[in-house]
Amino acid sequence: MKHKRVTIRDHHAESALFGRRVFVSLIIVVLAFGVLFTNMYHLQVVDHQSFQTRSNDNRIKVVPLAPNRGLIYDRRGRLLAENRPVMSLEVTPEKVQDLTQTLTELQQLLAIDDETVAEFHESRRRERRFNQIILLDGLTEQQAAKFAVRQHEFPGVSIEARLVRHYPYGEAITHALGYVAKINRNDLNNLREQDKQANYAATRVIGKLGIERYYEELLHGTIGYQQVEVDIHGRNIRTLSVEPPIPGQDLHLELDIELQQFAYDLLGDERGSIILMDPNDGAIRAMVSKPSYDPNWFAQGISYSQYQSLLSSRHSPLLNRSTQGGYPPASTVKPQLAVLGLEQGIITPTTKIWDPGWFQIDGVDHRYRDWLAWGHGWVNVTDAIVESCDTFYYDLALKLGIDSIHDDMVRYGFGARTGIDIAEESSAVMPSRGWKRARFNQPWYAGETVSIGIGQSYWTTTPIQLAVGTAVVVNRGERPVPRLLHAIQEGEVVLPAVVETREPVTLKNPKNWDVVLRALNLTVSSIKGTAHSAFKDATFTSGGKTGTAQVRSIGQEEEYNAEEIDERYRDNAMYVGYAPADNPELVVVIAVENTIGGGGSVAAPMARKLLDFYFEQEQRYAQQ
Amino acid sequence: MRSNNESNKWLQRFHIDGPLFLGLLTLAVLSLATVYSASGQDLAMTERQLIRIGLAFTAMLVIAQIPLSAVERFSLPLFALGVVLLLGVLLFGESSKGAQRWLNLGVVTIQPSEIMKLAVPMTIAWFLAEHGIPPTKRRMAAAFLLLMVPTLMIAKQPDLGTSILIASSGIFVLFLAGISWRLIIFFAAALGAFVPVLWLFLMHDYQRQRVLTFLDPERDPLGAGYQIIQSKIAIGSGGVEGKGWLQGTQSQLEFLPERHTDFIFSVFSEEFGLVGVIGLLLLYGFVVFRGMIIAMRAQKVYQKLLAGSLTLTFFVYVLVNIGMVSGLLPVVGVPLPLISYGGTSMVTLLAGFGLLMAIATNKRLVMHD
Repeated sequence: MKHKRVTIRDHHAESALFGRRVFVSLIIVVLAFGVLFTNMYHLQVVDHQSFQTRSNDNRIKVVPLAPNRGLIYDRRGRLLAENRPVMSLEVTPEKVQDLTQTLTELQQLLAIDDETVAEFHESRRRERRFNQIILLDGLTEQQAAKFAVRQHEFPGVSIEARLVRHYPYGEAITHALGYVAKINRNDLNNLREQDKQANYAATRVIGKLGIERYYEELLHGTIGYQQVEVDIHGRNIRTLSVEPPIPGQDLHLELDIELQQFAYDLLGDERGSIILMDPNDGAIRAMVSKPSYDPNWFAQGISYSQYQSLLSSRHSPLLNRSTQGGYPPASTVKPQLAVLGLEQGIITPTTKIWDPGWFQIDGVDHRYRDWLAWGHGWVNVTDAIVESCDTFYYDLALKLGIDSIHDDMVRYGFGARTGIDIAEESSAVMPSRGWKRARFNQPWYAGETVSIGIGQSYWTTTPIQLAVGTAVVVNRGERPVPRLLHAIQEGEVVLPAVVETREPVTLKNPKNWDVVLRALNLTVSSIKGTAHSAFKDATFTSGGKTGTAQVRSIGQEEEYNAEEIDERYRDNAMYVGYAPADNPELVVVIAVENTIGGGGSVAAPMARKLLDFYFEQEQRYAQQ
Repeated sequence: MRSNNESNKWLQRFHIDGPLFLGLLTLAVLSLATVYSASGQDLAMTERQLIRIGLAFTAMLVIAQIPLSAVERFSLPLFALGVVLLLGVLLFGESSKGAQRWLNLGVVTIQPSEIMKLAVPMTIAWFLAEHGIPPTKRRMAAAFLLLMVPTLMIAKQPDLGTSILIASSGIFVLFLAGISWRLIIFFAAALGAFVPVLWLFLMHDYQRQRVLTFLDPERDPLGAGYQIIQSKIAIGSGGVEGKGWLQGTQSQLEFLPERHTDFIFSVFSEEFGLVGVIGLLLLYGFVVFRGMIIAMRAQKVYQKLLAGSLTLTFFVYVLVNIGMVSGLLPVVGVPLPLISYGGTSMVTLLAGFGLLMAIATNKRLVMHD
């Protein structure tokens, strides 16, 4: 029935129905557009700021810029440490599709040997993920050109030019200057502890030794930043802003590289140390430790095998003998002991003893031998220095006692670090009863005090301590702190280094200095002096003291023959000196290990040559 | 006003609705500008888009010339052809991206679901209009079943976006034909009950993923949520005034995926800001209103229903695309109508507008007679 009624079409009713439905639809359309608009308003107006930030986070990357490391000059402005641009082929393994194949192709293209590839794999293990790892360092222009042509075939591989530290004087100055090397996990932890890791975000190397380590903070500089726009693939589109890094400060050292080089060559194949220091302010003119090694190995990235060979060498090239080598001072400390004897009134300038060639403690059979088997005869304190009579000092030491000797020698800086401006320094040993108790849990024996009188027994000193100890005598009590740094330069501003001193050695009778200084001068100038032949016809006045240290105790009836015993048990030859005699500019310390001959025949001639060279050079520069 | 009359006559002769044509042309120009920017200033791509626009407009003008009686007569045959082709797709279709949508007929590869976008509203409108509106309950039920056939077949491909659009086009016909409010509420409830069934049995994994990601994009910011997060960043960072044409960093630096296709609205919003968005929404609104006016003015019920449904489907396109790129709706793969880069949907859309123009101009011819 219904059906039939609908067959009669009512166009108006249909249009009205349709019209109502269109009206409802349009309301829905308007509402829906309203919802869309509200949502857009929310995104683009209300939350605009936060989306703006996220958009910038997407596209803006902050790239840290490493500051250029400060340069290091010697006292005459010669460059000791510089930054050289070096091209290296670097690989980001995470960005390479097939690493093995890429490496094989690169090997063929650039003639890279298998060892280099093995080293690459090794350093890859140590590096953080997504870091560039150096495959080939120091690319030649030819290699760089060869690679550049085919670069597009090697995604993830690129040539990078970076500044690499270079030490033009190489091994001659290694221990004083030190070196920089790649920042390792240990360094990172240290930086983190000191809250400095942010400043090192772009830095790849850090000072590891010597001046480079001690003045790291001055040399490093301040990090800069660059804002770059990147796309989703991390490619740089453009630079938005740059905050340039502040380069590190330049250092001027007291060292004279000519003198240093001369001293280094002078030691020849010997092992040992040479120090030249201005006693007036502790300025170090030369500081050599031998054997040495090339610091550039470390700066350019030392290989594992190279490093192992340095570590395992029985001659310990890594040791800074000047500040870490513990040498028995032998006769070189007789001047300080003489001053102590005079001060305490145990001897006077004229007190004489009879030296038969040996010394004995009352009631003990053991004979302490003098180096001169037949003895020096009657000797006073001056003769005992000039001729280096041992018996006189056996007697003196026994009378002074270990306590008095220890307490006084400490005032000269023995047994403690000198405070030189490098971190690698040991205190060596100035023995005492307390020290022996703590070290060996044994009492002190009188016989040991006798050996202390000639700078043997447990007594060891570093060459830098001997330089300070000698400077104290030369300065009549003033004790300088040795120092490598002359000045800091930042742009045009030059800041001189702080000159430090320690508590001076004061005497009740300052004339006692004169007694000893005269004796030291006679050692080189009088015919009987142990250094006389070395300093014959010198153009300058000077003073000095030889020393020959036994490395191993010799049996009672044993003869010492240097050429027949194991090289490592040969004597050390020592010399301490100063020049000119009246107004000293320079203290010289020489220690030569396990050599044939003693202080007078080996060390003193070296000192003579050094001082000759120094005065010639001073004259030459004065004329210019 | 003489010249105005002259041009009106000229437009009448070629079955062109002036305001609608103007609106569509403006959208096409915006499409070219935005595609050029979103493609990273790729002239070749922009050129291809221009060619497509040309083809689509030609298709529109050609279809506008077809007599409406013929359109009405061909409704059912077209629908039948579509169903056969869809069946072919399900049996012999070619897959891409885990979905079978294309049918290779040897000479040409076609996407039968596009035919259905027109065939479904045409057929449902013809079916309901034949005996006047409102239709009887039996007719409505039959129309509903007719509608479900292609919808489910397309959903099975799977192509959720298109099946939603096709279902909408049919439902709009039903709605405009005066289906009772009680039934509307009943169907809404039934749809609600259908959701769990859809989720558990009918949806593919990647579709479920899309829904989950839609509910919380930050759940997987580098994976499935990446698109929508980057899209919202692009829109939000555009602000009121936008970053300027070709200056959108999210799109130019390629942080925004699918920037020239489904996500082109994000590029537009980033570069032209809220001001541009308002303009675009007004333009879309204008096209929809014009379409509805044409539907109102149409003489025959079939024409009214078809014009209304096509217009409202166009509106759903806009709503779904903008809703999905701005985080209101799940990402279902619906392009922004007439703006997104891509050919098939543009041709279909403008073919629909061709029908609208035929309806718009048909009425006046009748009046002149």
